[in-house]
Amino acid sequence: MTEKVMIFKRFERFWHWTQATLVIMLLFSGFEIHGSYKVMGFEEAVMLHRTVAWSLVTLWVFAIFWHLTTGEWKQYIPTLKKVDAMIKYYLLGIFIRAPHPFRQTMLKKHNPLQRLAYLFQWVVISPVIWATGWAYLFYDKWEVWGLDKYLVLEDVAFFHVVGAFMMLTFLIAHLYLITTGKTVWAHMKAMITGWEEIDPDAEES
Amino acid sequence: MKKLSKVVFHVGRVFILFTLVTGHASATSTADHTKFKELQVLFESGPEVTSACIKCHTEAAQQIHKTKHWTWEFLNPDNKQRVGKKNIVNNFCITPKSNFEHCTACHIGYGWRDNNFDFTSEENVDCLVCHDTTGAYLKSGDNAGHPKESVDLSYVAQNVGKTSRDTCGVCHFFGGGGNGVKHGDMDDSLAVPDRELDVHMDAVGADFTCSTCHMSIDHDVAGSRYAPEAKHTDDYHVHRRASDEENNAHCRACHGNKPHKKEDKSRLNHHALKIACQTCHISRMARGGVATRMTWDWSTAGKLDESGKPEQIMIDGNLVYDGRRGNITYGEDIEPEYIWFNGTVRYQLLNEKVVLNEDGYVHVNDFEGSPDDGKSRIWPVKVFRGVQPYDPEMNRLVVPHTTGSDEASYWKHFDWVKAVQAGMDSAGLPFSGTVDFIKTQMSWPINHMVAPAKDAVACDECHSKNGRLKDIDGIYIPGRDASEKLNFYGWLIALLTLVGVVLHGFGRIFSHFWRRRT
Repeated sequence: MTEKVMIFKRFERFWHWTQATLVIMLLFSGFEIHGSYKVMGFEEAVMLHRTVAWSLVTLWVFAIFWHLTTGEWKQYIPTLKKVDAMIKYYLLGIFIRAPHPFRQTMLKKHNPLQRLAYLFQWVVISPVIWATGWAYLFYDKWEVWGLDKYLVLEDVAFFHVVGAFMMLTFLIAHLYLITTGKTVWAHMKAMITGWEEIDPDAEES
Repeated sequence: MKKLSKVVFHVGRVFILFTLVTGHASATSTADHTKFKELQVLFESGPEVTSACIKCHTEAAQQIHKTKHWTWEFLNPDNKQRVGKKNIVNNFCITPKSNFEHCTACHIGYGWRDNNFDFTSEENVDCLVCHDTTGAYLKSGDNAGHPKESVDLSYVAQNVGKTSRDTCGVCHFFGGGGNGVKHGDMDDSLAVPDRELDVHMDAVGADFTCSTCHMSIDHDVAGSRYAPEAKHTDDYHVHRRASDEENNAHCRACHGNKPHKKEDKSRLNHHALKIACQTCHISRMARGGVATRMTWDWSTAGKLDESGKPEQIMIDGNLVYDGRRGNITYGEDIEPEYIWFNGTVRYQLLNEKVVLNEDGYVHVNDFEGSPDDGKSRIWPVKVFRGVQPYDPEMNRLVVPHTTGSDEASYWKHFDWVKAVQAGMDSAGLPFSGTVDFIKTQMSWPINHMVAPAKDAVACDECHSKNGRLKDIDGIYIPGRDASEKLNFYGWLIALLTLVGVVLHGFGRIFSHFWRRRT
């Protein structure tokens, strides 16, 4: 027996997929700027990176507004409860078809591990990328704003790339974890349609 | 409206071409020199012409007397070195000392044969070499700057006018003894360049002459490679030379400090703090179809053929070996080298001991600069490398007497010791009597042959691993520089994550089938 629950609302899905596209474009152009490969050329990569970065900023303005006004920001409050159960599930349970220790609901759509991962995303990865990214974007204003005494381009670039590698790692894990739903495509479907099939036998957490 | 302006544009082009072909500058002058009685005489010599000129242009000769064009001397205000053509050594023809009769074919005067030249003589100023508009005025190659006997001086004198790319070029295109030899950014392709070769001098476009940028006051021409303006300054100069000290021969004079107006290019204005305009906008040297010399090895000179004449080998119209000069190599349409440069140039003078640099060369001149002095920018230079005679006991560069037909002339008798002895005697310098050869290099700033914007150096030519600025230290260039450690661990962690999830996935697939089996 399963029941269908609306987990991801329309704006949330729009936000997610747009952000996903933008982040992948940023990674792709960013590593070209970094010198990891040559595909579109440095100038084009910089132009794209800037445009996409500003697009993401715009998207975030709306996303932050949405999270605040709907109270959805609470979804990201971390919890250590059942983290051990989640880890055990991924290490063992998933292979023997043990029941998922977490039950998705409208009020709690992220499992405890997810919450921790997203918290890390919000508290570490994003601030690093955004702080260094803004500094990078406005490199030509450092002198005017008196920032040149505190900032060194090499360090800013270093930490921006640190952030990029964390983001890339996050993306790889994220892309894999979407296959760990009830079926391989269940989470993916939910992110597209909004509806997740919930197993009512799973414990409420 | 657009169509009309297009038509006007094309009519204008045709008109400019027409005036170019018919070639009369008289429209811009209020004086027709053909009507002057003073010039309607048969001139026997250059000084006779000058005597006529200065009857009206009373201050002209005295003004010339104060300039580098006349004195071949320059006191560097930065390091107090007394330089100028008369004093320095280069690694092309080495020095005019003891060779004045020959070399002063490019002096703005008449009669500088030796150390006894009278620098106060007004009639010995050569007005025609700069103000000729006919192209018929030519100086003799071996007569101390006097014109060739075949020149109709009256005709030339009656047709004087403003300076042009041709008049400046007659010496500056041919520095080092031939077309394009010396500079790398100047040769006779700039006489009538197209837009691709030089966006400003484009003969059917903006049609700048040399003096459009190198403005003069009292005959003193702005812009000098002895003390060039290299650093970025905040001053915005309008294009007018208001004082003697002011030098308008640089890009900023017209373009200002923020020349990239388009929004998507505005970031480039910030590049100008560290990078000279020339670095991006002159992408290659010797682009006009004329090769420039890149190396010159004097030590191999002296081979004569059976008839006793110096051997000569030409390849593609370039002299690659000459018994009088040695081995020479050329470059055409090539990338310049890049250095930090703050505008101060130090020369290896004749009375100084030679210093062999880490690169194995004596630097005949050194463009000073560093990423940290707050004054330097990255500049394109032509680096000319050679092997030239020096005195191994005195440990100094020497003056060889190469020209002329006397006993000591190297180009006549091929005896280095005699040639250097005569040269050093003439220069009043001591000589041990031993001649050896030493590797030298000399840098030349690249300023001309400015390409249209579309042909500027592209971003990734520097923002890449083995790009043009691969040897420039002291700055972080995205795309060139990256922490090796960061890259190693970054990719490692991403890879391990990938391997981890793939293994995890296989585990799930495996357990799925395992369960189905049982």
